[in-house]
Amino acid sequence: MITRRLYRALDARLGTTSAGRTALAKVFPDHWTFMFGEVAIYAFLALLLTGTYLTLFFDPSTADTVYDGAYQPLDGSTVSSAFASTVTLSFDVRAGLLIRQAHHWAALLFVAAIVVHLLRVFFTGAFRRPRELNWVVGVTMLTLALLNGFTGYSMPDDLLSGTGLRIIYSTVLSIPVVGSWIAMLAFGGEFPSDETAPRLYISHVLIVPAIFLALISLHLVMIIRQKHSQFPGPGRREHNVVGSRLWPAYAVRSLSLLTGVLAAVFTLGGLVQINPVWIYGPFHPAQATSPAQPDWYVAWGDGALRLFPPIEVHIAGHLVPAPFFPAVGLGTVTFLLLYAWPWLERWRTADKASHQILERPRDRPGRVAVGAYALTFFAVLLVTAADDILARLTGIPVTGILRTLQILVLVLPFAVAATAFVVARSLRAGTATTVGELTREDLHAGLTGSDELPEESRHPAERIRLWRNPDDTWRWCWHGPGDDLTSNEVFLDRAEALAAARTAFPGVSVEQDGPPEGVVLPPPRHEPGPATKAAAGLVWVAMAVLGRRADRRRSSPSEAPE
Amino acid sequence: MSGEKGAVRRIRLAFGVTVLGAVGFAVTYSLGANTQLLGISLGVAFAGLAYGLAAWGRRLLPTGGYVEQKPELVAPPRRRDLLAEAMEGPESPLGRRGLVGMLLLGAGSIGVALLFPLRSLLSFRKPDPVTMLRHTAWDAGVRLVTPEGTPVRLTDIARGTIQIVVPEGHRRDGDVPAFLVRLDPERLRKEPGAGRVGDVVAYSLLCTHAGCPVALYEQTTARMLCPCHQSAFDLNRDAAPIAGPAARPLPGLPIEADADGFLRARGDFTSPPGAGFWSYP
Repeated sequence: MITRRLYRALDARLGTTSAGRTALAKVFPDHWTFMFGEVAIYAFLALLLTGTYLTLFFDPSTADTVYDGAYQPLDGSTVSSAFASTVTLSFDVRAGLLIRQAHHWAALLFVAAIVVHLLRVFFTGAFRRPRELNWVVGVTMLTLALLNGFTGYSMPDDLLSGTGLRIIYSTVLSIPVVGSWIAMLAFGGEFPSDETAPRLYISHVLIVPAIFLALISLHLVMIIRQKHSQFPGPGRREHNVVGSRLWPAYAVRSLSLLTGVLAAVFTLGGLVQINPVWIYGPFHPAQATSPAQPDWYVAWGDGALRLFPPIEVHIAGHLVPAPFFPAVGLGTVTFLLLYAWPWLERWRTADKASHQILERPRDRPGRVAVGAYALTFFAVLLVTAADDILARLTGIPVTGILRTLQILVLVLPFAVAATAFVVARSLRAGTATTVGELTREDLHAGLTGSDELPEESRHPAERIRLWRNPDDTWRWCWHGPGDDLTSNEVFLDRAEALAAARTAFPGVSVEQDGPPEGVVLPPPRHEPGPATKAAAGLVWVAMAVLGRRADRRRSSPSEAPE
Repeated sequence: MSGEKGAVRRIRLAFGVTVLGAVGFAVTYSLGANTQLLGISLGVAFAGLAYGLAAWGRRLLPTGGYVEQKPELVAPPRRRDLLAEAMEGPESPLGRRGLVGMLLLGAGSIGVALLFPLRSLLSFRKPDPVTMLRHTAWDAGVRLVTPEGTPVRLTDIARGTIQIVVPEGHRRDGDVPAFLVRLDPERLRKEPGAGRVGDVVAYSLLCTHAGCPVALYEQTTARMLCPCHQSAFDLNRDAAPIAGPAARPLPGLPIEADADGFLRARGDFTSPPGAGFWSYP
C-alpha cells in the first residue's frame, strides 16, 4: 500500500512513527467552549490568504495619482495612490471586492474569537498554574490583533481612516514628556506625513503577522506540552484528559470548523458591505466623516475618549492633555491588569497548586463579579462610541445621552457585578444547573452563603480493566460511575499499558481481563483477489506490447537512410 | 443501520453542493465576477464542506469516551540538580565572571549603538517635534485661500455658513485648516482674542481634544461641533469649549483685509492648533 511506503520512508529519515502515533491518539476534551481559539486560528488563516491577494494590488503610497477606472464618481480625480489602488482593487480587479471585504470581516471575527476565547479561559480559571505563561502569550496576541486591525483599516487613506489615524496620533501626543517624539518617530513627522503609509503597510503585512505566527506556534507548543485542561466530570482527573481523539474525530471536526469559518467570511464578504471607502472619499485634513465610528474592537477606546470629562492637568508648566487619561491611561491599565490577572488572583486566593481541572464560573463568584464588572464597563464604552447615532435615533440631545452614559459607566458595572456575584453563589449553593432553575432558597443561600467550595466527592466504585487483544496489543478501560473510558492508544506490551493506566488514574486498582465484546480491530490486509490479479496481468502485457511498439517506431527512422 | 446510510447520503449530497458552489464561483468569475454571486457561491462551497465534515464527525466517527494519561511535568529534584550542574559546572563558560561581564557590556553597547539609527525615522531636515507642533505655515501676510486654492475676500463670507481656509501654498498641511465665519456682534459675549475684521472671525478648524476637524456649524447657536467625540465650541465666547471632552478653546487666527480686499493672516494661531501635548505653551 502506498501509505505504508510513505510511513516507512518518513520514519527512515525522521523517525516519525512514535510521535505520529502519539499525535493521532491525542485526546481533546469534548466541550464546545474549546472551539473559540480554533476559530481565531482559522480566521487568521483566512486573513493571511485574503491579505496576500490584496498586497498584489495595493500601493501604500500617498503620492498623487489620477484614478482611472470603473467607479464613475471618482473617475479622473486626483487622489493618493493608496486610496486609488483601494478603489481599483474594489471595482476594477475581478473578485477584488470579495477578497477585500472577506479580509475585513475575517479581521472582525478574528478579534471577536480571541476575546471570547479569553473570556472562556478567564471564567473557567484555565489561566491558573501551570498555564500562566500561555495566558501572557495570549494577551500579547490580543494586543497585536488590535494593533494590526487598526493599521489595516488605516491604510486605504480614506476620510474615515484618516480621522482615526489623527485620533491615534493625538493620543500618542498626549503621553507626558516623550509623547511628541514618539508620535513623530512613529508617523514620520507631523500628521499627515507621507512616511506614515509605508510604515503602516510593512507593520501590517510583515512585522506584526510574523510575530503573531511565532506566538501562535508558542501558544500551541505549550498546549501540546501541557495537554488540555478539562471540566470536572466522571473520570476526569488531574492526570488525564478525557474526550475524543485527534484522529479521526477532531481532525474531521476541526476541518469542519475551518471550512465553516471560511464559509462565513466569504458569504459576509460577498453580501454585506463593509468599509466602503469610496463613499467616505479620500482623506483631507480639513474634512471629517459624520457619524464616525471605528471597528468594534477599538470602539471602547473611542467611547472612553467621548466619555471622559474635559480634564487637563498642568505639571510644572507642562500639559497633560485630556486624551491621556481615557486613551493611554485606560488602555495601559486594562492590559496591565489582564497580564497580571493570574498573579493577582493567586495573591488573593493563595492557591499555588497546579490545576488541570477547570472551574465552572459559579465556583468562583468573586472572579465572576470581576469579569462581569469589566464586561459591563467595556459594553458601556462601546455604546458610548455610538452616542451620536443614539442621539440621531432617539432625538435626545447628545449631551443628555453623554451625561447618562457617564453615570452608567460608574454605576452599572457595580450593579451587574453584584448581581452576577449573588447569582453565581446561588448556583453554587443549590442544585440548579441554569439561572432559570434557581429557587428562592438558592437565592437566599447566595445572599447569605459562605465562600467555601463544596467538598469533592470520591467514588470508591471504580476499577480499570486491562486486556490483551487477539492481535497481541494491549488496552485498558476505566469503569466508574457515570462513564466508561477507553485508553486512547493501543499498547505493544502489558507494562506500557499498565504504566499509562496508573498515570491516568493513580491509586485505582487494575485487573486483567479478556477483551470486551465487539472490540474493533483494524481489518486484515487485503490479499488481491483473482480478478485483481488477472487485471494486473493484462495491464502488464499491454504495457509491454505498447513499449515494444514505441521502441520499434523510434528506431525505424534512423534505419531509413541506409 | 439506516441512520448511518442516511447520514452517508446527506454528507455525499453536501460535498456535491460544494462542487456546485465551486463551479458556480468559477463561472461567475468568468462572466464578469458579480461580488454577491461570488460570495454566495464560495460561501456555499465552503458551507457544504463544513456541513458534510461536521455530520461525518458527529454521525460516522467514534466520539467521546477516550482517556489519555497526562504525566507529571515536574522532574524529580535530583534531575533538576543535574541540569543546573551541567549548566554551571566547572567546564561552564559562565564561571569566568569577568569575561561574562565584559561580553554583556560589549553586546549591550552594540544594542545601544543600534538604537541611534531609529532617529532616522524622523527626517533631519525637519525641525524638532516640539517646534513643528508649535508653529504652522500661517504667518503675517499669508493669503487665506479655500482648500481648492481660491483666494478669499471679506465679501465672500456669507452669514449662516462657514468658509474653510488654508494658507496659500500649504493646502495639505495637517495643522493649518481654519474657518471663517460671520458673527452677530450683538450676541458676542467675549471679544475674539485674535481680533476680527468687521464681524468676520477666523479660528483653527481642529478640535483641541483629538484634532478632528470641527466641521459641523450650528448657525442658530453659533456653535462648532466635532463629529468625532461631540465636543462643542461657542463662537460667541471666543470658541470656548462648552460640551464634550475638549478642554481648551479653538485657537484664533489673526486676520486683516489687504488693499485688494483679500484676507491675509497677521500671524500664526494664538496657540498651537489641534490636540495638546507636553510642551504646549
